[in-house]
Amino acid sequence: AGPTEIMKWNGWGYSDSRFLFNKKGQAEFTGKRYRLSGMILPSLKDWFEGTFGASLQHKSPATVSAIYIYFFNAVQPPTLNEAFVEDLKSVGIPFSHDAEDRVFRAHGHCLHEIFALREGKVGRVPDLVVWPNCHNDVVKIVELACKHSVCLIPYGGGTSVSSALECPPEETRSIVSLDTSQMNRILWIDEKNLTAHVEAGIIGQDLERLLNENGYCTGHEPDSMEFSSLGGWVATRASGMKKNIYGNIEDLVVHIKMVTPRGVIEKSCLGPRMSTGPDIHHFIMGSEGTLGVVTEVTMKIRPMPEYQKYGSVVFPNFEQGVACLREVARQRCAPASIRLMDNEQFQFGHALKPQVSSIFTSFLDGLKKFYITKFKGFDPHHLCVATLLFEGNREKVLQHEKQVYDIAAKFGGLAAGEDNGQRGYMLTFVIAYLRDLGMDYYVIGESFETSVPWDRVLDICRNVKERIIRECKERGVQFPPLSTCRVTQTYDAGACVYFYFAFNYRGLSDPVHVYERVEHAAREEILANGGSLSHHHGVGKLRKEWMRETLSNVGMGMLKSVKDYVDPNNIFGNRNLL
Amino acid sequence: MAAKPPYSHRDPMLKKRDDFEDILEERRNSSDLRYALKCYTPVVYKGVTPNAASLLKTTVLQSDQLHYVVDQLSKETGVAADVIQEEASAILEEMAHRQQLSTVRFFAFTLSKAFKALFRSIHVNEEGIQRLQQAIQEHPVVLLPSHRSYMDFLLMSYILYTYDLVLPVIAAGMDFMGMKFVGEMLRMSGAFFIRRSFGGDKLYWTVFSEYVKTMLRNGMAPVEFFLEGTRSRTSKSLTPKLGLLNIVMDPFFKGEVFDVSLVPVSISYERILEETLYARELLGVPKPKESTSGLFKARKVLSEDYGSIHVYFGQPVSVRSLAQGKVNRCHFNLMPRHIPRRPSDETQCFVNDSAYSLVRAQEENMVLKPWVLLASLLLQNQSQGLLLDELTEQAVWLRGLSREYGAFLNWPDHMAPSEVVSSSLSLHRDLVKISGGRVQLALGGQAGPRQPCSSPITEEELMNQAVVVLSCTSYRNQALHVFLRPALLASAIHIATSAKKEEVYNSFSFLRNMLSNEFILCPGATLQDFEEACYLLGKTGALQMSQQEMQVTDSGQKTVNFLTAMLDPFLQGYQVVCRYLCEEATEALTEKQFIPAIRTFIVRLILAGSLRYYELLSSDLQKNALAALLRLGAIRKIKVADNVTLKVNRLMVNSLEDTLGGKLPTQKAVAARL
Repeated sequence: AGPTEIMKWNGWGYSDSRFLFNKKGQAEFTGKRYRLSGMILPSLKDWFEGTFGASLQHKSPATVSAIYIYFFNAVQPPTLNEAFVEDLKSVGIPFSHDAEDRVFRAHGHCLHEIFALREGKVGRVPDLVVWPNCHNDVVKIVELACKHSVCLIPYGGGTSVSSALECPPEETRSIVSLDTSQMNRILWIDEKNLTAHVEAGIIGQDLERLLNENGYCTGHEPDSMEFSSLGGWVATRASGMKKNIYGNIEDLVVHIKMVTPRGVIEKSCLGPRMSTGPDIHHFIMGSEGTLGVVTEVTMKIRPMPEYQKYGSVVFPNFEQGVACLREVARQRCAPASIRLMDNEQFQFGHALKPQVSSIFTSFLDGLKKFYITKFKGFDPHHLCVATLLFEGNREKVLQHEKQVYDIAAKFGGLAAGEDNGQRGYMLTFVIAYLRDLGMDYYVIGESFETSVPWDRVLDICRNVKERIIRECKERGVQFPPLSTCRVTQTYDAGACVYFYFAFNYRGLSDPVHVYERVEHAAREEILANGGSLSHHHGVGKLRKEWMRETLSNVGMGMLKSVKDYVDPNNIFGNRNLL
Repeated sequence: MAAKPPYSHRDPMLKKRDDFEDILEERRNSSDLRYALKCYTPVVYKGVTPNAASLLKTTVLQSDQLHYVVDQLSKETGVAADVIQEEASAILEEMAHRQQLSTVRFFAFTLSKAFKALFRSIHVNEEGIQRLQQAIQEHPVVLLPSHRSYMDFLLMSYILYTYDLVLPVIAAGMDFMGMKFVGEMLRMSGAFFIRRSFGGDKLYWTVFSEYVKTMLRNGMAPVEFFLEGTRSRTSKSLTPKLGLLNIVMDPFFKGEVFDVSLVPVSISYERILEETLYARELLGVPKPKESTSGLFKARKVLSEDYGSIHVYFGQPVSVRSLAQGKVNRCHFNLMPRHIPRRPSDETQCFVNDSAYSLVRAQEENMVLKPWVLLASLLLQNQSQGLLLDELTEQAVWLRGLSREYGAFLNWPDHMAPSEVVSSSLSLHRDLVKISGGRVQLALGGQAGPRQPCSSPITEEELMNQAVVVLSCTSYRNQALHVFLRPALLASAIHIATSAKKEEVYNSFSFLRNMLSNEFILCPGATLQDFEEACYLLGKTGALQMSQQEMQVTDSGQKTVNFLTAMLDPFLQGYQVVCRYLCEEATEALTEKQFIPAIRTFIVRLILAGSLRYYELLSSDLQKNALAALLRLGAIRKIKVADNVTLKVNRLMVNSLEDTLGGKLPTQKAVAARL
């Protein structure tokens, strides 16, 4: 069981899709799944070498193969709770203690997790994996776990970037990974109320595909939607790219069913809003697997949009770009998605342009560049790009588009075409693959996010980027790092900002440690500049240390007392959050 | 006492300092006109926004900060917002600089001429200039020069122009504006003018702080101001003022800039232009109002020799590293940043500590000339003076001691000590006289202060002599920071009732607290200062310390005597002030009457022969003593109608006097109260 053949075990995504430098030294993207698949990216090599001071001569491939891990005892033998296993057998729920299955569910996609796997290092892993098939199976498993005192860690899509899936090394009980992947059905669709009742193990792209077949969509598209699960979204308070139309997960959810050691928690009706004390959904959303397993969710659906249009705008500098996004938010006319990349990311995006098919296109590109830099006087080292996605009925989209471009023009923005916009969004899905390429050549990196009031956006971007550069230097990184950001969501009162940070680690004895210290410093800087601990990645174990100052003592106490009541024996013992 | 030291405590002998270059040398060998017209293309801050300079005023007037305060005032007073906005605009107009290159070039030319006439050399540490140049590119820079002369800020701009650095924008006191033409010239060279006091004026404060912050945020030019607030008339560093420092740190606290670099600059004059002017002022001859004609009268100074100037650009201090772990910037998260707020206690404390450590950084890099040592010695031997040989010998001894204590002494080691001494004496011939091989302060006809048997002198003669003494003390004071901590310890040992370490510490703590308006002594750093003093006295073998006891060694007696004598005038002075308050002061004594009254009292004591230190006539000392007594609660201010009267707690003042005189042990009670 499990998707281990289709998926990489020590990197991102599908096994058949990866970046590599071919014999001619040109970058290409393998496979057939993406628009970029099978294409040559002529400028990536120069960008890569120029930005990081990396060289194709200096390779740092993953040192070990999967086989080594599984057959040479790198994985500790499972600590099984025999009585639990016996009972599990008797209720007929499938399970496994194969090393392969266990290792696959022992990590998310933090840099240190992937780096360790590439070096063949494996820490504490779950002792057993179980695959419930439905809500009732989960109820049985949780009952047995309580009865036999085993530790349960729910597992959805495995795309966590907060160390949430790491098994606590101090855990002495048998750890059971509860994989929800078999609970992947849409149980019903209610076209009158535009809701769908879905099992929580369903993966984002499957949910969207199945709904699309019926003419509907949820519109929830986090960057990880190819691999992340509905239950995972609920457990981390996920946010989707198109939240401006559809809302974030907390806006989409109508009803949640969760199995806890105390029993099942759910509301009694599907009313669209209630005044019945604090919303218990808000104890569940963001609980990060510490209280129970989300099994079924009723969520809003919408008819599929009639028309979609991408777009992009070039601004002379980042400040103007941010001012434009702020104005768009003020007028509450944000398109389905609007994102602003800084100059470094613009350059990066440029490096991922595939080989152009004809002289004519390349001539056109040259003309565009000439127009923007020479005629309009934009400095190529300052300009930045916003990508846009409009959705809805055709007429309204065109009207909306005009409104947004008019605002942009007030801030010196020039429309830069659909193509650039579409490529921008495509990059979202392939960017995670690029990290694996970097890791083959001594480059490590990651992204992290925050949310911040509008008046602080520019300050936080500048200060965090600068802090990263400063910290890298102080910690002995030999090459200037890539330190870049983008504004990915707009709200009435602020924005979500994403930082990307990567560096060439040649010459460092413990690159992951350096990486972690820099990320830590960057997070401190974010907090000092009025940013939040997380906008949608969650806390996990990676950001736990800042929870108390984030929530206040009383706030922590409230969360703790909920945990103590719902799960007094810490059956859901992944130790996230608190 | 648990506070962390604001500076690193290590052997001061090991301090590394840069070498100097004389910038006047080139001026003497090439055309001043060509220099004034040279191509001037300074490197600028990497984050500088184009057109920022021309938009400065508009940016300030349109800032959220100003709008907020204007609205608030309008609501409070009922005056229309646009009227208040107009007022703000007028304030800004009065304040703003109008720096232009042509004026700068004019100054470059005229100052070249003037400097060459006045000074032998202007030494600058070029490594410091390089560090500054680097800092300017990376972060907004604040220049913090010491302030001893009117010359200071013209000199600073002159040096920056010489080295092709961005010219600073300088906070200057409004009194300069009185000199119509000169005021405008200074404005065009980059000065902006602030009123001396605007305590409660919210609008003024907002315009002013926004003006400074806008310049910093945009990184247009280094902002320069004087931490000490005003020129020190005594050459002692003044207790730092925190207002402007608070303002320039604020953009960092609020995350508006990544960092701010503070650059302490130490300007040392071998001979201060305003030497006798200051002495007169301290003696109560009112300060001449700055006027253009007054400045022209000052032309006669052009014919004199003022020796050399040393300008030392210190290590840039990053506000970010300074604030690391001391200021939690998250405090600014919960309110819009444009709403004015009193800084938190934590911030206030941090700014205060930083200010002290910056002033100490200035002090550390002050260049001391041999004359400073000579003046110290001559003041301690006023009655008889010293034979030239004796003086030389003592000076050589003191040279050694001051170097051990980390003084930045500019003693030409290649010359014979006797030559050094005589050339120093000749530069300061107004202050000394040599007769029969004996060197003495030039105190007019009568040699030295009156002997008990000699004929009485008049008050006028006394004042003339005091001018010389005070001029001399201003040189001695330059070295005070070097000897201060060991001197406090030496005096503490002197007044302590036993050699027990604890007793000595109590006395030390008492003296230090008593004198903390007089010298740069960072609040809360008593223990560090005590340890530093012990270390220095121990290192030179003057002090022997066991677990419980501290004993002056035989060989250390000379050092300890010198140190005690250095502090003695101050201790005497504070005692006299106490005595006056106990014995003479009436219930109705007002704050305004205090200085003239105490001066009359001291004159009387000196003329009667019962007081020998003329320097007690310095109003600086008297004011500091008063401030200390107020701080300690021995005096309270009481507002009566338009007057502020001083209410004296005689018991407490009396006990402070006795403790200072060593007649009363440093009581636990007093110590606890302090």
